[in-house]
Amino acid sequence: MSNEILLRGQGITRRWGGLVAVNRVSIELSRNCLHAVIGTNGAGKSTLINLLSGEIPLSEGTVELLGNDVTTWSQPRRAMAGLGRSYQRNTIFPGFTVFENCRLAAQAKAQKGWNLWQPANRCPVSTHAAREAAHRAGLDKVLDRTAGLLSHGQKRQLEIAMCLATGPRVLLLDEPLAGMGAEETGRMLTLLDELRPDHAILLVEHDMDAVFRVADRITVMVNGTVIASGNPDEIRNSGEVREAYLGEGH
Amino acid sequence: MTMVNQKAIFVALFFLVLLAYPWLDGGSYGIDLVTKIMIYAIFALSLELLVGSTGLVCFGQAAFFGIGAYAAVLLSGEDGPASILWLLPASAGAAALYALAVGSLSLRTKGVYFIMVTLAFAQMAYFIVHDTPLGGGTDGIYLYFRPILGEWLVLDEPLVMYMFSLFCLVGTFGFLGVLLRSRFGRALAGIKENEQRMLGTGFVTYPYKLAAFTISGALAGLAGFLFAVKDGFVNPELLNWHLSGAALVMIILGGLGHLRGAITGAFAFMLLQEFFKSEAIFGEFARHWHLGLGLVIILAVAFLPSGLVGLPDVLRSRLAGSGVVPLKKLPEGGR
Ligand SMILES: Nc1ncnc2c1ncn2[C@@H]1O[C@H](COP(=O)(O)OP(=O)(O)O)[C@@H](O)[C@H]1O
Ligand SMILES: [Mg+2]
Repeated sequence: MSNEILLRGQGITRRWGGLVAVNRVSIELSRNCLHAVIGTNGAGKSTLINLLSGEIPLSEGTVELLGNDVTTWSQPRRAMAGLGRSYQRNTIFPGFTVFENCRLAAQAKAQKGWNLWQPANRCPVSTHAAREAAHRAGLDKVLDRTAGLLSHGQKRQLEIAMCLATGPRVLLLDEPLAGMGAEETGRMLTLLDELRPDHAILLVEHDMDAVFRVADRITVMVNGTVIASGNPDEIRNSGEVREAYLGEGH
Repeated sequence: MTMVNQKAIFVALFFLVLLAYPWLDGGSYGIDLVTKIMIYAIFALSLELLVGSTGLVCFGQAAFFGIGAYAAVLLSGEDGPASILWLLPASAGAAALYALAVGSLSLRTKGVYFIMVTLAFAQMAYFIVHDTPLGGGTDGIYLYFRPILGEWLVLDEPLVMYMFSLFCLVGTFGFLGVLLRSRFGRALAGIKENEQRMLGTGFVTYPYKLAAFTISGALAGLAGFLFAVKDGFVNPELLNWHLSGAALVMIILGGLGHLRGAITGAFAFMLLQEFFKSEAIFGEFARHWHLGLGLVIILAVAFLPSGLVGLPDVLRSRLAGSGVVPLKKLPEGGR
């Protein structure tokens, strides 16, 4: 199995006035490779995900998804082409049930907006994908719960489930472990391991133990710039990274 | 599931009462009033599709109502009754076309700007009807012949008009009920709940919103058509922003996010208005009916934040003795 490159960003730059939030970042995501992006708060990690997913336009650079230049594509179009993302701040449908959160996400792949007579919950494509995604994310027991009333950790799981429900090939995950307990973290890391073989995954994460446990590659960002990129051993032993980021505390 | 059945039974009973009403009361005043209220209920339902179901606060709904009404009159000939079969779709279609145009521009804005832009477009339509020969000025225009459907549906008869309005109300309610359960309807619900996530998931939300806006315009146009046919007369006040505001009050009063809320709200609003306008009860003070109506609405919104449809829940929790009233209930999730 070759590990083809599914997403490639080149020279990605985003400016807000004088602030360069992301500065000429190039990144490649391959199937069967979990690529972690680490960096201090404000380093530009979330902005990078926003740029790759098309939520905000690039100031400079190009994005290539599954071999297509998608730089000018809208966010929904990129999502339909197989790019899934989760959000650092929960971005769910709080008033819907857990199941309906997943089902609506899955519906993106079978929209049929003109089909007004078939109830949405009879749509086999989306109900099946929703169940599957909720199961993978460990939400089987709370399918009928109102999403807004879930525990924090469960909401984070739902974020991932909604992302998986659309059947993406590329996953951009923004701090999925933040605020999770040890057990939930363990389960999420197992899930990432399971997803790895057929997805290209970008993982933004602050939990260094987790990152060094699951990542195949690590990119380190400081002030919008990539200061190092390599396998976990290279990053662990890089003096520059220690100085700029890992610091004395580690 | 039992809750859902209870609501369905309640709604069916309500429609049955409306069906029986002409034989319960039989007075021409009552029949005319309830016909009017049912037409407003259709109008409120059209707005509920935007505000309650899609999260688009439109403040120009009266323009669609008025355009439907004017189209009904302007498209009718002066030398014989038109057929409902084409006049009704044509009137609703005229309103829908206008809604399509307004929506395609206003949906590029968000929040307060959207409210202002829809209001501005409605005011434009108002002044066009008010100030051009087309609309007959302040005096409005008369409808020479009420439309008919063969020989068995002659809307000149108040009772026939009543039944036809009821038929349209039930049809609108049923249509929206089916629509909101469909994938299209769930996408609208998603847009209301979290549009950012919808975009990130792969929904191009603009066409969904535009379709909802156009359908809403068509339904408001249907209400306008009925109103013009019932009164046999149209004037620019049908496009007045007061009416847009009244429709908003109706759906808020009834309970946003529920179709039956729009109908409940329309009935409550109109009956309250009728009550406070009654000289038999208030004498001289009836002239100041706005005051009484306003006060009741403020109180209702303050004590029933989820509207009249939330009343049973409030009462139930009071009776259960918990003393805790859910101030803001999370909207119902679909399954
Ligand atoms: N919408 C925005 N407008 C202006 N500045 C922004 C915006 N979003 C992010 N930034 C700035 O970009 C920088 C990077 O932010 P972010 O990508 O959220 O960092 P990280 O996710 O690595 O913590 C920060 O300095 C932040 O203040
Ligand atoms: Mg961030």
